[in-house]
Amino acid sequence: MTPPLSTADDATRQAEFEARIARGESIEPKDWMPEKYRRQLVRMMSQHAHSEIVGMLPEGNWITRAPSLRRKMSLLAKVQDEAGHGLYIYCGTETLGVDRQELVDQLLAGTAKYSSIFNYPTLTWADIGAIGWLVDGAAIVNQTMLAKASYGPYARAMVRICKEENFHKRQGYEIMVTLARGTPAQKAMAQDALDRWWWPSLMMFGPHDKDSPNSDELLKWGVKKKSNDELRQRFVNLTIAQAKAIDLTIPDPELRYDEASGNWIFGAIDWDEFWRVVKGDGPCNRERLAARRKAHADGEWVRAAATAYAAKRAARDAGAAA
Amino acid sequence: MSQMTDSQWPLWEVFTQPGGGRPHEHAGSVHAVDAEHALQNARDVYGRRGEAVNIWVVPSAAICASTPEDMGPFFDPGNEKAYRHPQFYKVPQGVRVF
Ligand SMILES: [Fe+2]
Ligand SMILES: [Fe+2]
Repeated sequence: MTPPLSTADDATRQAEFEARIARGESIEPKDWMPEKYRRQLVRMMSQHAHSEIVGMLPEGNWITRAPSLRRKMSLLAKVQDEAGHGLYIYCGTETLGVDRQELVDQLLAGTAKYSSIFNYPTLTWADIGAIGWLVDGAAIVNQTMLAKASYGPYARAMVRICKEENFHKRQGYEIMVTLARGTPAQKAMAQDALDRWWWPSLMMFGPHDKDSPNSDELLKWGVKKKSNDELRQRFVNLTIAQAKAIDLTIPDPELRYDEASGNWIFGAIDWDEFWRVVKGDGPCNRERLAARRKAHADGEWVRAAATAYAAKRAARDAGAAA
Repeated sequence: MSQMTDSQWPLWEVFTQPGGGRPHEHAGSVHAVDAEHALQNARDVYGRRGEAVNIWVVPSAAICASTPEDMGPFFDPGNEKAYRHPQFYKVPQGVRVF
């Protein structure tokens, strides 16, 4: 039996598409792409955008209590950047034929996923340091790779984001340095924050390669260029020296340097905790969603006012023209 | 009337001009009620660090683009004219043309 024409066509197109990926070409919105490639991108990019938006909440919690005006200005600017990152990536996702409204609705309905790191609480000021240092640090490792992703709009959004993330990481590390060199109580606060944020930061890279169902396809299509485990290892290797420099201890008794590979070998990650938080039972899942919904509802009057103002102006312009 | 679609105003494409006399470049898009609002959003989203000395916003629906299917025939006239390049022309050895 001969296959229907469209199937034969699709097979040819798919082969051409894969050849383009192999040549390292960038795929643009109007180019033909396999439906699964489009779906994988929508899934990954929307989760990424949601993470930027929800990521504002744990830090926003400390803006009013920042210990100095300098710290407050930095934190405000950093949190504003994260809103921008969310918008860059939502706009990239829209090039795949999705409306932002749909994605926002999914987030507010609680059906969308976002990075589980943001379901942990920010208990002390040192947590703001630890987030910038570790969470943004991990994000940089991941996003530097994604800046070479095969989908053009995603890659370009990542280039823009990476330029801003370095500020995020440095302001966080500076907070840690200051606390680590401060009073014994301040240093203990910094160590406590590192103790609580270290393992969740390693989990940010996702499950081990063998347990990551989407990884193969994402790697095959050049959306990702490195695997979860490779990225996690790179992050650990980079971070150990930064902890040592300020005399803080990584909370992992099994941590050791491996001469042969040049890698820092770390202990087992608690994947039960990871899945618990992903599935909604982290310390702050419900709180985050409630805060996001409240913020959206509280902004309703602003959106209504902007719409009414635009309508009034349009009517006035129409009147003037008549 | 049905509920207002509350975060889905029209889409605008944003072009920013970096300093130094360089041309405008596509930066991304924003949602906004009108052009003035689109400019303000574009400034906040794509120009927080002095990246832009000038911004254009254009309703996304107003942009006409060539399609990937055009690739071959549409651009052919520009691809096969070697005589449009300086290397096409021979000059005596040892003469500096540039
Ligand atoms: Fe970000
Ligand atoms: Fe960040």
